[in-house]
Amino acid sequence: MNPKTGSTIGRVATQVLLIALAAIVLTPLVWLIAATTKGSNDQFHYTFFAPTVSVQNYVDLFQKTDVFQHNLLNSLFLASTTVIVQLFFSSLAGFALAKYEFKGKKLLTVLMLATLMIPGQLTMAPLFELLHRLGLVDSYLGLIIPGAVSVFGIFLFRQSIQAIPDELLQAARIDGCSEFQIYRDIVMPVSRPMIGAFCLISFMGTWNSFLWPQIILHNRDLFTLPIALSQMIGLYNQEYGMLMAGTLISVLPVVILFLLLQKEFVAGLTAGAVKG
Amino acid sequence: MKKPASEKSRSFRRQHKLAPYLFISPFLITFLVFGFYPILQSLRLSLYATNGPKSHVFVGLSNYQFLFGDADFRTAVWNTLVYAFWSVFLQLPLALGLAMLLSQKWIKARGLLRMAFFSPNLMGQAFVAVLFGILYVPQYGLVNRALHPLLPRLVPLDTKWLQNPNLVMPAIVLASLWMYVGFNMIYFLAALQSVDQELYEAARVDGANAWHQFRAVTVPGIKPVAVFVLVTATIGSFQLYELPYLMLNNSAGPKNAGLTIVMYLYQHGFVTGDLGLASAIGWSLALGVLVLSLFQLRMTGVYKGEAS
Repeated sequence: MNPKTGSTIGRVATQVLLIALAAIVLTPLVWLIAATTKGSNDQFHYTFFAPTVSVQNYVDLFQKTDVFQHNLLNSLFLASTTVIVQLFFSSLAGFALAKYEFKGKKLLTVLMLATLMIPGQLTMAPLFELLHRLGLVDSYLGLIIPGAVSVFGIFLFRQSIQAIPDELLQAARIDGCSEFQIYRDIVMPVSRPMIGAFCLISFMGTWNSFLWPQIILHNRDLFTLPIALSQMIGLYNQEYGMLMAGTLISVLPVVILFLLLQKEFVAGLTAGAVKG
Repeated sequence: MKKPASEKSRSFRRQHKLAPYLFISPFLITFLVFGFYPILQSLRLSLYATNGPKSHVFVGLSNYQFLFGDADFRTAVWNTLVYAFWSVFLQLPLALGLAMLLSQKWIKARGLLRMAFFSPNLMGQAFVAVLFGILYVPQYGLVNRALHPLLPRLVPLDTKWLQNPNLVMPAIVLASLWMYVGFNMIYFLAALQSVDQELYEAARVDGANAWHQFRAVTVPGIKPVAVFVLVTATIGSFQLYELPYLMLNNSAGPKNAGLTIVMYLYQHGFVTGDLGLASAIGWSLALGVLVLSLFQLRMTGVYKGEAS
């Protein structure tokens, strides 16, 4: 595969094929949007959009469930808190690994790699037991504290911080900056792109997580969007429009964040894989 | 704030030495308490029969014995393996193919196309599952409405994707393909961009055709990323849970056709409340993933030895 072997016909065919495949991939998303705009009578008459646009599904979503707005706020709160906590601790550890020599650094790196290989489900039962003993079951702390530091994030920040010249940090030291000030005033501002990437990756991780919140959260008032939707498909499994409205609203915050941070995101996603 | 210079530099050196320990301590503490300790604990717990977090009875290896004899566990392992197989052998080649087409410089609107392929991944598995649960509805569902005109015999309009045990796995694989193919494509695209274009030029001068160029230039060039994608995709597919569970309306589907290892773990550990058995399942899963990852690394390593 190279730029010059393709004939004109081959090029046109490739272009058409890619557009067709992209259209197929986008079709379910278009259908999803369409389904949220159809009244219950139109839902089955029209495959995609109906001539009349209805907001009934959105009204139903908030009125029938009565809790969807809470679920939305819960998810927003939990995801943003987790992002902030993970961002702080992961970048701090990444900074230490990138710019300091200390005892046990090698061992620490090996440990981190090992945790990336171990599926989290291995520790779910004992972790649940531990959190139960600590009184953290059925609270957001039971979700936030065990996941306060992202190993993936540490690697991400270690790599981007390694690129910062040592002279810059040394100069700051001579100017009288403490090590934490160096982190706060030099390392973090320079790491802006990686912060963007990590925020999105971390936000998506928390926003979309289902299994662990399903285990830890029992009180309906604490439910996040994925759990709320899983309850809704049991209760309203015939009301497609309303379910799709719930799904669309659940996806929008991630889409917005993605549009804002797109460039950083792709760079961050592939940074470890391509260079490491 | 003003201190004598010597004292100041001494305190500076000390805090420079202490700083890294301080900076890694949050990670170290949470790792030891919520990572390492539970791993040891799960080994111990897997030897106990439990009922919720409180009652524990030592039973030796009988949890593992139970798993070996349990037909549901065998189903869960089989389903997970089938899913992993299609993730690796269907999804990854397609992702690579897409990436190779998209990496051609003369393709128009590459950025838009790339985003279109990637966009399903912005939806989490749980949300994709809710969407596809409805897309697969007989008669009215989009999947049947789209496939029926193309393959009228093979896909009748009332095809019951999620009610027919034989169709549940294809339905899961298809939804997963939709969700992840663009995600893996992003990795392959980045890898392809890092391949030195002059190597293609050189290969062409030497008379290599497209296939030879692929074998001699593309494969070695993208190999580190390809191995990374292969291993992470396999690990990820072993953790399948949300997609079938929510697509099948909070169940394992007809005849447990959508039962996965993690779903089995959830049911036994957190619905029935046997944390000991859940730990044994967790260990089986972890060991399975470990063996398979090492096997993959080994295989791809051997392959490298052959090629060079």
